Amino acid sequence: MSAQPRVVLVDDHGLFRSGVRAELGRQMDVVGEADDVAPAIEVIQQELPDVVLLDVHLPGGGGQAVITAVKQSHPEVKFLALSASDAPEDVIAVIRAGARGYVTKTISTAELADAIRRVADGDAVFSHRLAGFVLDAFAAAPSPQDVRPSFDPELDQLTTREREVLRLIAQGYTYKEIARELFISVKTVETHVSSVLRKLQLSSRHQLTRWAAERRLT
Amino acid sequence: MQEQWHHHRRWQDPPPDGGVPNWAIRVRRHYRGDGGPLRRDPDDRLAGGVAAGIAAWRGIGVTAVRIVLVVAFLVTQGWVVPLYLIGWLVIPPQGSDTNVWSRARHDSRGMALAAALASLLVLFLLIATLNSQLLATYGWPQVVSVACLTLIWRNAADSERGVLTRLIVPLDSRPGTTTSGGRRRASRATKLRLGASAVLLVVGVSWLLKEHESFSLLGPLAGLVLIASAVVLLLGPWWLRIARDLVLERQARARAEERADIASRVHDSVLQTLALIQHRAEDPQAVVQLARAQERELRSWLFEGRSPGDTEVTSLGEGIREIQRDVEARHLVPVEVVTVGDCTLDEHLSALLAAAREATVNAAKWSGASVISVFAEVEPDRVIVAVRDRGKGFDPEAVPDDRKGVSESIHGRMARHGGEATVQSAPGEGTKVTLTMPRTAEQPGYEPKPDEVRR
Repeated sequence: MSAQPRVVLVDDHGLFRSGVRAELGRQMDVVGEADDVAPAIEVIQQELPDVVLLDVHLPGGGGQAVITAVKQSHPEVKFLALSASDAPEDVIAVIRAGARGYVTKTISTAELADAIRRVADGDAVFSHRLAGFVLDAFAAAPSPQDVRPSFDPELDQLTTREREVLRLIAQGYTYKEIARELFISVKTVETHVSSVLRKLQLSSRHQLTRWAAERRLT
Repeated sequence: MQEQWHHHRRWQDPPPDGGVPNWAIRVRRHYRGDGGPLRRDPDDRLAGGVAAGIAAWRGIGVTAVRIVLVVAFLVTQGWVVPLYLIGWLVIPPQGSDTNVWSRARHDSRGMALAAALASLLVLFLLIATLNSQLLATYGWPQVVSVACLTLIWRNAADSERGVLTRLIVPLDSRPGTTTSGGRRRASRATKLRLGASAVLLVVGVSWLLKEHESFSLLGPLAGLVLIASAVVLLLGPWWLRIARDLVLERQARARAEERADIASRVHDSVLQTLALIQHRAEDPQAVVQLARAQERELRSWLFEGRSPGDTEVTSLGEGIREIQRDVEARHLVPVEVVTVGDCTLDEHLSALLAAAREATVNAAKWSGASVISVFAEVEPDRVIVAVRDRGKGFDPEAVPDDRKGVSESIHGRMARHGGEATVQSAPGEGTKVTLTMPRTAEQPGYEPKPDEVRR
């Protein structure tokens, strides 16, 4: 990984793009911008950046459309989702499509740069809100009629440790603080978070979809 | 007709200074009225706008003209229809000097088609006359009508053809299909339908006409039934479409109302806040405050369906967000809230909320932290609320008295309701207050999964 990750910004707000570009410009190599799904796919396939900073909400189909299209030809490109509205079902959808993390637009520049670097290094980045969503999604008990033979039942549940890590992230702990709190190494924290991400993306659990649908109803 | 007008002009219009005779003025009035030449009025038309044109030209009500036309239709046994259509052909539309006829004259194929259709009708009527006098008397004038209509259809301007299309829309029930495949399918269905109804119509009419002597009862009855089914087959889709259009229209209205509601809300809240932010741009603290308050309000409206004035607290999540709202407003410190699960409040959980509020206010007042984090999780058997800051922290062994008092009140409150509170803190390390309240069995509400392995 080079010292300066190469980044593509995808957001339909020009104002936001130029703001991020100005703030990240010194620490990142911003190689491209796009304001919608189709141009985003084009510029990503052309530039092949390390990280794509991807708005969850895009006029032409949402962030997951970009991820799905790019993953087919270039699975090595990593995505960091960000949004201002973070309706849980949208965020979960983007993560399940393959984003390596999610942060809110209110994040500070330093934190954003840190998050991009971590995603570029292959780690997962959970904001405190996403941690809350994930705990929520995996907490709801499967109803009897929903129990179906799962390909890998391990994927449908979080371990106690993963749950603890998520709880601390939800409380605003950094990985370092979590490591100290739980007497484990930062690397182990990262492993737990990546494992949660994998479960989130691979779980065949109906619950995740149903949970999102219910959230919209209430 | 244009030429005719010019003829009129030639004998009607002597030079302006040439002493116009009275009769000529009267004749001109008769033809041109006060407001100008006779023109069809496309803005107020049912078919060709002839009635409206006449009404405007003579300065009488269009309804009166239409009533006269209908009465005349009965009196003249249908001859008004071809007259009307001839008017459509020769009277130019408003704002124009060319009529449909001037174009139709050069349309040889249209002429041939008109003649063919008219002769077909003549043939049909000849047969019909042998049986039914009534049908024939009303039918004959329509020989002319058919020819005129054909010519108008082929030669009128697009906007006028639109009117004709609307008049014959009963024949075509296609909804707004967009794909060409769908359109082709739909047009084939239309052809099938037209074909079937034509067969029914022909059979029905011929039975009515031919068999009324030998099968004097059965024939006409069956004929009527067949004609009725032909009408249903022909017009049914049109009626359906009218009903569907009504529904669509109602939906569109509902959407428009919703949009208006959203617009007014955005105006009342977001735009006002943006204006305030511009005014106070030199005060970063106030700007952050305004932006956060607005974000919270918008979020609770968008994702929880709560209107800005709605402050009633019935669930734990709402209670936590109320704490967030109040502390941010009073102490100007951002509060980050994450809640997992939710449940309705009882007195124990209300006590938990009160303790959580104390802890949050403490953190805002004393810690000096730039942000406070509040985390609430509803588990099947208990509710946990953690209030955390990265501020100064303190040595729990050597707390100042005032702080100890607050701490005691948190502890005491929790203990009285069967819960417990732990305070972790160290100088320079921030403070974390964890509140745990067991849930009683009869509490209704959200149920997270019971099959979890827990610590």
